[in-house]
Amino acid sequence: MKGLKNAEKAMVAAATAAALALTGCGRNQANSITVAGSTAFQPFAEKLADQFMARRPDVRITVQGGGSALGIQTALSGAAQIGMADLVKLPPEAAGLESITVARDGIAVIVNQGNAVSNLATDQVRAVFNGTVANWRNVGGDDRGIRVVSREAGSGTRSSFEDILGGFRLANDAIVQDSNGTIRETVANDRDAVGYLSHGLLTERVKPVSLDGVECKEEEIVAGWYKLVRPVFLLTKGAPSGAAKDFIDFVLSPEGQETIRRNGLLPAR
Amino acid sequence: MVVRWIAERAVKWVLIALAFSALASLLLIAVFIFKEGVPFIVRVGLKDFLLSSEWDPQAGRFGVFAMIVASLCVTFGAMIVGAPLGVAGAIFLNEFVSRRITRIVKPAIELLAGIPSVVYGFIGVVAVAPLIREHLGGPGLSLLCASLILGVMVLPTIMSVAADAISSVPNSYREGALALGATRWQSVRMVILKAARSGIVAGVILGLGRAVGETMAVIMVAGNTVQVPGSVLDPVRTLTTNIALEMGHATGLHRQALFATGVVLFVVIMILNALTMAAMKRGHAGK
Repeated sequence: MKGLKNAEKAMVAAATAAALALTGCGRNQANSITVAGSTAFQPFAEKLADQFMARRPDVRITVQGGGSALGIQTALSGAAQIGMADLVKLPPEAAGLESITVARDGIAVIVNQGNAVSNLATDQVRAVFNGTVANWRNVGGDDRGIRVVSREAGSGTRSSFEDILGGFRLANDAIVQDSNGTIRETVANDRDAVGYLSHGLLTERVKPVSLDGVECKEEEIVAGWYKLVRPVFLLTKGAPSGAAKDFIDFVLSPEGQETIRRNGLLPAR
Repeated sequence: MVVRWIAERAVKWVLIALAFSALASLLLIAVFIFKEGVPFIVRVGLKDFLLSSEWDPQAGRFGVFAMIVASLCVTFGAMIVGAPLGVAGAIFLNEFVSRRITRIVKPAIELLAGIPSVVYGFIGVVAVAPLIREHLGGPGLSLLCASLILGVMVLPTIMSVAADAISSVPNSYREGALALGATRWQSVRMVILKAARSGIVAGVILGLGRAVGETMAVIMVAGNTVQVPGSVLDPVRTLTTNIALEMGHATGLHRQALFATGVVLFVVIMILNALTMAAMKRGHAGK
C-alpha cells in the first residue's frame, strides 16, 4: 500500500493549491498576489517579494515553486496572478499570456575538477550529451568513459539546454538527477561525469568548461558572447495591473535588478 | 439505562464511520488514479505502454517496461539484503542473547525506521555510491546502491515483526526440542522457524511493501536512467521515481502518462501482495 503515497501526496498538493487559490480569492484580491512556477527563480522571487512588501505593507505576495510548467498552468487558470518560467521557448499554451523578461541565466557545462578538458566546441557538447562520443579521449581528455548527467524531462534547464544546442536527443544511458544541487554533487564526486547547471549555482566543487572558447562568466554572458543563455519570464494573463504590475515594475527597477544580480542571476538588460 | 444504550449505539456508529472513512479514502485514490490513467492507456495501447522501454515524453513515447523491471529488481534486491539480515537478527535477539541485551538492541534497530528516507538517500549518495564506483565500477548510482540502501531501510520492519513472531512461540516448544536432544540451532531451524513462519512472512511482506513504494531515497541513489538493467551496476528508474521526478513539469498527455504509471504501480503492488498472501496460505497448509 506504500505505493499509494505518491498519489496521495499529489492529491494533498492539489488540494492545498486549490485551498490557497481559494483563500487568495477570498482576501482583497487587488492586494494579494500569488507568484508560482520556476524553482530556479523561486529564491529570487522570494527575496524580491520581501523587499517589495517592506515598502508596500498593504500588499501580500505568496511565492510558490512547482516548476515552469506549473507557472504557465497557474497563470492561465488564474490560481496565480504571476507565473514564473525559465524556458528558451515558451510552449504553445503560453501564447495567451503576457511575458516579461526579468532576468537571464547562463547554463554552465560542468565537469569534475580532476578532468583535463577545459574547452568544448558546441558540436562536441552535442556529441557528448547524445552519446555519440563516449570517451574523454575524443574531446581532448584522458582515456576514460564519459558519464552524462542530465536533469529530468520537462525541467526548464534541460529544455533550454536542448533547445539552444538544437537537434539532439539525450543519450539513453544518461543519469538523471532532479535538481541543480544533485547534478553538482554527482559531477563533483565522479571523475568521468559531465553535466550542466544554472550559472548562478556554480561552486568550486565543479569545473565549468568554456564553450567554443568562451568562458561561462558573467561578463561574457552580459556581452552576449556565451551561447547557453536562457531568459526568465514573468507571465500574466492579460496586461499586468494593480499590485501585480507594481511588483513587476519593482523587479525591473534598478533596485530589483541589483538584487537579482547580487544573488547570481543576470539582469534582463 | 436508555442513555447508556444510546451512547453505546452512537459509539458503535462513529467507529464504523471512522473505519469506513479509511476504506473510502483508499477507494477514492484508486478511482482518481484509474480515472486519470486508464484513458491514456487505452489511447496509447496497452502493449505499447507496457512492453516498450522507450520513455521520451517530449517525443510522445511512453513505454514503462524498463521501469516495471527496475521496480521489481530493486525490490527483489532490497529483499535479498534485508530479509536474511532481518530474520537472522530476530532469531539472534530471541534465541541467542539474554533479554537484557535484547531490550537495548531491539529498540535501537527500530530507531532505524524513524530515520527519514531522504537521510538514507543522502548517505547512499555520499558514502555508498562512491564506494561502488571505486571498487566495482559503473556510475555508482545504480541498482546495487538502491538495493543496499532499501535493504537497510526495510530491515527494522522485517526484524521487529519477525522478532515478535518468534518471541510468541511458546516456551514449551523450545523445551520439547531441547528435551529430544536437539542442539540450539536445530531447535531454531526445525521448530521455532516453522512455528513462527506466518509472522516472519508477514514481516517480509511489510518490508516488500515499503521497498516497492519508497521514492525519495531511490531517486537519490538509483541514477534514474530509463533502461532495462544489464547488470546490478547499471542505473535504473523505478515506477515511483518516474512519477516523482516528472510530476512537477508534466502537462497534458505527459501528466496522464504519469497517472498511468501510477495505475501500473497499483497493479504491481496488488499482484505482489496477492502472491505473498498465497505463499503464506500455502505455508499454513503445509504445516
